[in-house]
Amino acid sequence: MTNIPMIIMLAVLGLVGVGFYALLATRNLIKVIIALQILVKGGLLAMVLAGRIQGQVMVGQSMALTAIVADTIVAVVGLALAVQVRKHHGTIDLKQLTKLKR
Amino acid sequence: MINALVAVAMIICAIQAIRVKKLLSAALWLAGCSAMVALMLYLLGAPEIAVIELSVGAGLVTVLFVFAINIIGDEKPVTEPGIPPLIAWALVILSIGILAYLNLPLLSEVIPDLAEIPMASTTIWTDRMLDVILQIVLIFVGVMGVINLISDSKAKEKNQ
Repeated sequence: MTNIPMIIMLAVLGLVGVGFYALLATRNLIKVIIALQILVKGGLLAMVLAGRIQGQVMVGQSMALTAIVADTIVAVVGLALAVQVRKHHGTIDLKQLTKLKR
Repeated sequence: MINALVAVAMIICAIQAIRVKKLLSAALWLAGCSAMVALMLYLLGAPEIAVIELSVGAGLVTVLFVFAINIIGDEKPVTEPGIPPLIAWALVILSIGILAYLNLPLLSEVIPDLAEIPMASTTIWTDRMLDVILQIVLIFVGVMGVINLISDSKAKEKNQ
């Protein structure tokens, strides 16, 4: 039979890798938020898997619930920040934003 | 078998979400990735979390992304990466290697059966009360963020 925990763990590693690479390499503020979302989705899957393997199903699931809520709020606040940054500075390119002097 | 298919689809959606140039397409690929994560959670025996992930992760967040991208406008894409790709790849491979080294030996061959599971509501309301309080606080913060987003778009319309 197929080894389901191994498949899910590999998927988690893939998601975390993709999200981490995008977080390092991208310069667009919106893309950074997308990368954070992908990264947290990997963590979410890992939490539920860990709860399932350890036999503490509900602990893993309630932590996953908290992670979903926190992740959504991070996206909301990040998008609001991106909109404000765009409004005040005219760009959402991170490299140009770091070059700005006041 | 279906787990492997869903995992592959999930990773393809994630790669597409960071690879495509248009921000709107990236948001839609992210929604697809979220839907695949929800399917995987359902297969893993967590239907409540799957429903919440599908409605919040694939629904609400996508709507917010489309709204924000609509305000910001599609900037012309930046091709050059933030840090040199070689360093980025090295860091990613290093971190993934450490994660795999620490986690893969802990995995069991099969998932244990779901025997007696306590009710989701009892666990959440009694054992993890702190989480619920934290979630309430976070939701207030989110409301502030949404107000910020919406008020800004109104101000922009007024200026025009």
